[in-house]
Amino acid sequence: MSTSIEVFVNSAPVEVKAGSTAAVAILVAGVDAFRLSPSGQPRGPLCGMGICAECRATIDGVANQYTCLRLCHPGMRICTEVAAAGAGARGDARESGCSE
Amino acid sequence: MSDLHPSREIVVVGAGPAGLQAALAAHDAGARVTLVDASPEAGGQIWRGGHPPSRIAARLLGRLRDSPVQFLRGCTIVDAPKPGQLLAMHDGNPLWLSYHRLVLATGARERFLPFPGWTLPNVLGVGGIQALAKGGLDLAGKRVVVAGSGPLLLSVAASLPLYGAQVPVIAEQASLSHLVRFALGLRYLPGKIPEALQLAWRLQPLRFQAATYPVRAHGDMRLTAVTLRSADREWTVDCDYLACAFGFVPNLELAELLGCTVREGFVVVDNWQQTTAPDVYCAGEPTGIGGAEKAMAEGAVAGLAAALLPEDANSPVSRNLHSQAAPHLARRARCHHFAQVLERSFPLRPELRDLPLPETTVCRCEDVPLIHLEGCSSWRDAKLQRRLGMGHCQGRVCGAATEFLLGWPMQSVRPPLSPVPVRLLAAAALAKADDSNPHPQTRPGQ
Amino acid sequence: MKHPDAIVIGAGIVGASCAERLSADGQRVLVLEAEVVGSGATAAGMGHVVVMDDNEAEFALTRYARQLWLECAHQLPAAAEWEPVGTLWVAADDEELDAARGKCAFYRSQGCRADLLSAQDLYRAEPKLRPGLAGGLLVHDDAVTYPPPVAAWLLERARNRGAEVRTGVRVQALEGGTLRLMNGDSLQAGLVVVAAGAASLRLIPGLPLQPRKGHLAITDRAPGFVHHQLVELGYLKSAHGSALESVAFNVQPRATGQLLIGSSRQFGQTGAEIHHALLSRMLQRAIDYLPGLADLSILRTWTGFRAATPDKLPLIGPAPDREQVWLATGHEGLGITTSLATGQILADLVAGRTPGIDPTPYAPARFLSAEDERSSIPEAADVHFH
Ligand SMILES: Cc1cc2nc3c(=O)[nH]c(=O)nc-3n(C[C@H](O)[C@H](O)[C@H](O)COP(=O)(O)OP(=O)(O)OC[C@H]3O[C@@H](n4cnc5c(N)ncnc54)[C@H](O)[C@@H]3O)c2cc1C
Ligand SMILES: Cc1cc2nc3c(=O)[nH]c(=O)nc-3n(C[C@H](O)[C@H](O)[C@H](O)COP(=O)(O)OP(=O)(O)OC[C@H]3O[C@@H](n4cnc5c(N)ncnc54)[C@H](O)[C@@H]3O)c2cc1C
Ligand code: FES
Repeated sequence: MSTSIEVFVNSAPVEVKAGSTAAVAILVAGVDAFRLSPSGQPRGPLCGMGICAECRATIDGVANQYTCLRLCHPGMRICTEVAAAGAGARGDARESGCSE
Repeated sequence: MSDLHPSREIVVVGAGPAGLQAALAAHDAGARVTLVDASPEAGGQIWRGGHPPSRIAARLLGRLRDSPVQFLRGCTIVDAPKPGQLLAMHDGNPLWLSYHRLVLATGARERFLPFPGWTLPNVLGVGGIQALAKGGLDLAGKRVVVAGSGPLLLSVAASLPLYGAQVPVIAEQASLSHLVRFALGLRYLPGKIPEALQLAWRLQPLRFQAATYPVRAHGDMRLTAVTLRSADREWTVDCDYLACAFGFVPNLELAELLGCTVREGFVVVDNWQQTTAPDVYCAGEPTGIGGAEKAMAEGAVAGLAAALLPEDANSPVSRNLHSQAAPHLARRARCHHFAQVLERSFPLRPELRDLPLPETTVCRCEDVPLIHLEGCSSWRDAKLQRRLGMGHCQGRVCGAATEFLLGWPMQSVRPPLSPVPVRLLAAAALAKADDSNPHPQTRPGQ
Repeated sequence: MKHPDAIVIGAGIVGASCAERLSADGQRVLVLEAEVVGSGATAAGMGHVVVMDDNEAEFALTRYARQLWLECAHQLPAAAEWEPVGTLWVAADDEELDAARGKCAFYRSQGCRADLLSAQDLYRAEPKLRPGLAGGLLVHDDAVTYPPPVAAWLLERARNRGAEVRTGVRVQALEGGTLRLMNGDSLQAGLVVVAAGAASLRLIPGLPLQPRKGHLAITDRAPGFVHHQLVELGYLKSAHGSALESVAFNVQPRATGQLLIGSSRQFGQTGAEIHHALLSRMLQRAIDYLPGLADLSILRTWTGFRAATPDKLPLIGPAPDREQVWLATGHEGLGITTSLATGQILADLVAGRTPGIDPTPYAPARFLSAEDERSSIPEAADVHFH
């Protein structure tokens, strides 16, 4: 029942349970700062239900997706704005190895 | 039988308990029903991905699967430009939905209040962490402090151990006397007693603290600890997650866009769940916070009424509708009693207004600190002068906070209700003109 | 304030500028605003500070106004989001490039810094533009701003000189120099300045004003996507034509990194709702020029009303047939730009000074004199740029 699937978070392969959301995949990958606020504060998901917009990330090349509303599919490529907590300058998605 | 409208098309927005019930009831009454939800799964906040699903949830979700009700998942309503028409985003594309009757079952979101550190990663909503846990997050060995206010704290704290989490403390801001009254109030709702007992039993090993609230979340790039305050002490608890929210606020944006009258924060409905906007019905949290049972009862009434109420408001209501709706109306009355108990039991304490420091972020999207709101006279003033509520969430988070902190009612909903790609709105008008609509029960608008 | 010398109706950017200038002349000014400071078109408009050369009077006013902006730019608060990005007029084909060439020569002859861009220059300046464009005209000293904080800043200066600003106070009617408020109170002053934007028509029925509705959309942050205020040269046809409905490519980089997308013009509309057909056309036009825009997110759309006069020039000066009442309205799509000049000209005229530019083209009396004179005003659509 609990089959797992492989997705990519900031180019690194991650195993998640089938039925996991992309937000969960990012957390499983050990990233909790998904993005930086306009003044550079680290942010991660807040509401888990498509309200707060804090969980935004790039999914399969499309920016600004609400990762808490998206189910993982095998091979899904998820890129956070801050490639790894504490690293990466603001807005530098390209440095996370996610550039299209 | 004259009240059957085989061609009546009903769109139900939101697939939680209210929306599911509404869709199935309307379908049973002969309407053609389209149910839409922004999430990838039906069930709403309470039933989505529940493991194990509750009996009632399993039954309703099963019926939805087996019914011809068209369920559009991942479908977000973006605009309601004129009566009978909705613009949605579905799989990233524009989709026009038309309806004779519309049922709004858009549910509620959590109320978040600012305090120092509340923006740190791993500070989440109470429903928020539950949603992530249901969405597959493994909490094995993680310490989760649960804080804020409302019955959700207890039920989430009770469920978190199922995902492997430890809950070192549950901090409820309401006082013990309020909680006792709440527990007593529940006696009048037979269905709730087992639930309450079960909760109490599960929570026994946990540390439940009444009249306690978080004053600061600690950490640099992520949360590491939280400081809690009660009447006689302040202490710090190390943790991996803080789940914190202060009750619910209804999702009213679509109702407001449709011009439904909203009073004291809730959509005004009549006995048949009709709003003041013609052909628009509303059920569940937007009419008053009261939980899944109230939502189901209202949803059933709304679905039946949407399907069976005559076009002409002056024609008599059929006996068929009266008899079908009777049990739901009775259940609804009992649930409204619970909703009243609920409302009285968790009043927010005024000290919570003093939690944010001048530099504490209030608007997370635009990083507006409390001090920037000084000298502003209203929500709109602060928006125009300080960028409050200008960001991605369009005030859905900070609106409830500033209403509590500063007494500003939030104004002005504009499309899109959720951010959408430029491409989608650019194509929207074309999509409407296009008759080759792939969805059988949606027809292009005029 | 018991006995103000002057009452300004409306705290949009134009009313704020009038209040600021009048107070600088020592007048005791009371400002009445129905909503909050910077409401109305000031909250809705694009905030492009631009020199336009559609006719001499427009050019004189916008150039004078831009000079005033440049003089105070360094004092503006951060919230004013002043960005001296310049205007890049994009030429789609050789015909438009020819027009740009003429425009460039004119600007330069008048001492405005401008450069003609070849196609190559254009893509160096704005790589995200679609291929196949002919070139463009870069006007250097134009800028963009966020107007509501500018209105607040101007009023703060007026307050520091003793002015009073009352918000949430709607003027119900204007009878001579007497104002009746919604709450029944009356107020009087020797000078009443009507700066209520498109709503001025409600206070002075019969003003030659028509609301001209515009749609706008704002995107998510995308820093560096474009670097200049971009406008298609065809914009002038939209702005100055009298078609019932028109759209033009008009994209503005905001200080936040967001893009503000315009523009549309509609006559005969009074409701604030979004028209999807028009919005779609406007956005499609923007995508035609900037294909990458398609994937950015739109956070909000809204509408605003320009107060348009028949000749698209503002009304600045005494109201004909009304003692004590002065007008500062009718700025169509240029009222942010021309706000500072409007306040200065109005204050100069009130004080009996000679304004920095000839004020007669903006005198309200031009519409209220003989019928035949009115009909002789050239339709701006017929006027080609220089
Ligand atoms: C340069 C610039 C940048 C901007 N950037 C952003 C941004 O980043 N994010 C953002 O959210 N906004 C942004 N805005 C838009 C701004 O916040 C307002 O949306 C704008 O003031 C237009 O007002 P509004 O009509 O949306 O509503 P408001 O300013 O909220 O209110 C205007 C009036 O219109 C009425 N009204 C509102 N909605 C309707 C409706 N649907 N039908 C009828 N009447 C209505 C209200 O009751 C109110 O009286 C920007 C504006 C400008 C000029
Ligand atoms: C879509 C759009 C785009 C635009 N883009 C640009 C641009 O790029 N550059 C540019 O220069 N200009 C632009 N403009 C034009 C510019 O926004 C306006 O010309 C300018 O804001 C007019 O300012 P105002 O102060 O005269 O009027 P408003 O800003 O409308 O202010 C009038 C004020 O009066 C108040 N009021 C009204 N009636 C009463 C009453 N009875 N009692 C008390 N108070 C009252 C209102 O609440 C309001 O605050 C644009 C306009 C629109 C609509
Ligand atoms: S976590 Fe709030 S929108 Fe996804």
